[in-house]
Amino acid sequence: MKNKSITIIISLLLIIIFILFYKGLQNPNIYIPKSNINKKIPNFSAKLFNSSEELNSAEIFKDNQFYLMNIWSSWCVPCKDEHIFLKDLSNEKNIKIVGLNYKDKKQSAYNFLNELGNPYDIIFLDPKGIIAIDWGAYGVPETYLIRKNIIIRKIIGPLDDTHVKEIKKIIK
Amino acid sequence: MRYLKFIFIFLLLFNFCSSHAQQNDLEYKITKNLRCLVCQGQSVYDSDTEFANSLKLLVKKKLDDGLAEKEIYDYLKDKYGQWILFDPEFDEKTYFLWLLPILLFVIGGVLIFKLFIIRKN
Repeated sequence: MKNKSITIIISLLLIIIFILFYKGLQNPNIYIPKSNINKKIPNFSAKLFNSSEELNSAEIFKDNQFYLMNIWSSWCVPCKDEHIFLKDLSNEKNIKIVGLNYKDKKQSAYNFLNELGNPYDIIFLDPKGIIAIDWGAYGVPETYLIRKNIIIRKIIGPLDDTHVKEIKKIIK
Repeated sequence: MRYLKFIFIFLLLFNFCSSHAQQNDLEYKITKNLRCLVCQGQSVYDSDTEFANSLKLLVKKKLDDGLAEKEIYDYLKDKYGQWILFDPEFDEKTYFLWLLPILLFVIGGVLIFKLFIIRKN
């Protein structure tokens, strides 16, 4: 009797463990951080792309309008793909596009913008990639839609047509 | 005399461990416990991605600024979530995770004790 109950308990435990592991294996194992939506934007000071002066981000994100913060680099191929969509958004009146040039060579970045056009109202430099971490980014490109210093939408990876439509709908 | 020998060997081994240059290095410890989000099986210390290299710089900067280990973990958890840590912290979500091995160990011990020792007597 005692042995029987032990066998039942052990088999039940094994079945539960099997189900747990089986379910666990079905889950995708690529983790995408999603924790910084509806969070306040970080404050940082960085050099500007067009001049050597350093500026605090609070002076940029102060107006009551929409901002699009785009982390980009000339060596990043998906950034090239999304550039056309950024250009499209730069024609909108009620949004300001702020760039963060991530771990790039200045000359390459210049060439990139000369070739493809410059959609940015202002560009900060992040040669060490530390500001991007402050924003919770882990690669390029990443884009944040901001209003009143709050991140309302975060896009990991290149922008596409659906993102642009969605952003246009939000800022209208 | 026999005990002294044991103590001597123990101390010798222990000393070899701590003579490892990076053993006491907090920076090494922290970056070993951070998961690189680009190549997700690797620690930040082992990874050579742009993200991992920036994180190494950031950890160094935060330590230089006088932040404690836990403060750095909290900062990164706030940015990337609990997943960035290889060792999840002990809280209401991870009680099961941390306590299960101990529980299984105790159950196993009790089983062995009951099956072998009591039966022998």
